[in-house]
Amino acid sequence: MNPIALGALTLVIAPILGGLLMGLDRRITARLQNRLGPPILQPFYDVGKLMGKQPVACNSFQGVAASLYLMTSVLALLMFVLGQDLLVLLFVLALGAVMLILGGFSVKSPYSQLGSQREVLQMLAYEPLLVLMVVGVYLQTGSFSANSVLALDRPLLLTMPIFLVTQTLVIGIKLHKSPFDVSASHHAHQELVRGIYTEFSGLQLALIELAHFYELVLLLGFVWFLWHTNWLVGAALALAAYFSTILMDNVTARMTWRWLVSFMWTWGIGLAVANLAAIYFMLRVPR
Amino acid sequence: MGILGKARAKSPWILHFDAGACNGCDIEVIACLTPVYDVERFGMMNIGNPKHADILLVTGTCNLRNARVLKNLYAQMPEPKAVVAIGACALSGGVFHECYNVLGGVEGIIPVDVWVPGCAPKPEAIIEGAVMAVQRMQERASGKVQPSEDESEDEHA
Repeated sequence: MNPIALGALTLVIAPILGGLLMGLDRRITARLQNRLGPPILQPFYDVGKLMGKQPVACNSFQGVAASLYLMTSVLALLMFVLGQDLLVLLFVLALGAVMLILGGFSVKSPYSQLGSQREVLQMLAYEPLLVLMVVGVYLQTGSFSANSVLALDRPLLLTMPIFLVTQTLVIGIKLHKSPFDVSASHHAHQELVRGIYTEFSGLQLALIELAHFYELVLLLGFVWFLWHTNWLVGAALALAAYFSTILMDNVTARMTWRWLVSFMWTWGIGLAVANLAAIYFMLRVPR
Repeated sequence: MGILGKARAKSPWILHFDAGACNGCDIEVIACLTPVYDVERFGMMNIGNPKHADILLVTGTCNLRNARVLKNLYAQMPEPKAVVAIGACALSGGVFHECYNVLGGVEGIIPVDVWVPGCAPKPEAIIEGAVMAVQRMQERASGKVQPSEDESEDEHA
């Protein structure tokens, strides 16, 4: 497929897919709580409404931060779809996350400040796992490029089973789901109100929500990567990971950031490194 | 009603402020979020943040201490917005009306769009009040009604 057409198609389809998945999430969450829940299209209504609100900003940097967050999310997804370097993709994604944190820090509200500090800790918890997954890809293909995965003739899951679990945890942290919602909560408010998002309003919040749509598709794309040989199995894995995070969100309570960081740095990174060691010593493809 | 108007009608986010109620009305407001009433059906969420909120639900009487807080919260909400006064105390001061520190209902402090009477009002009445506030917000956003206090007399629920 022509890369420009593929990129344009991604730009249009990804937010629709991400928004529908988020709507499904709210519906399933409601059903798990014995409620009826909002319409599936609710995330789109929310974004539309936010775009029509009166623009209120505490400083001019907030808008810059929100737009850069959206732009980096879109760019990261485009790099993924076009088969670019996965390591650079992760740096682009991290740049967007840092922009959002700086936007939160640019306001003197204690909720926003504390939420941003905790968001840094959340990044500390999930970033190593994303990088380790890309290292796993490198060990097997000898390349960081996303295209090199598609060139493999066997699914990655067979050699990297642990990364299905860690990627599910990463999705939970990225979407601010329980028990990982320390910097802000995905649906409702917590003791930091809306944490890092507290001071973003109107169009800025709409851009951030839109960025979440793109980011969700990208994170599920990473899960899909684990079984790229059959796209249906890959999609089923991605949906299973997504619904596991929703279930986890509903059956657990929020833990502290200390627990989050120590859990991810012991169990998360420990298991991931063990998996990488197994690949290195036993399954390494000679080149 | 365009796409924007439809989105606005489908996604009213709520801020609940207890100005000094006996907690009876607050329990009824929270009851709206429970599985029995589930206002999230209408896309309503108790967002707890004035900068994200569209509808301000106020319960309880206003006094010298909290009038400033209420004004501040109202000012922090971006337009279009609407205010619902819930319960006898928020309407007029209720049984606390003659107390030395009570200023009366919410009306004198910030403009009110919808009044929900009762002590305490039923969750059904509160949901109806919130839905009326959404209509009111729509009219204001489309320019039919200017934000002013004096013509809200006909909105008594």
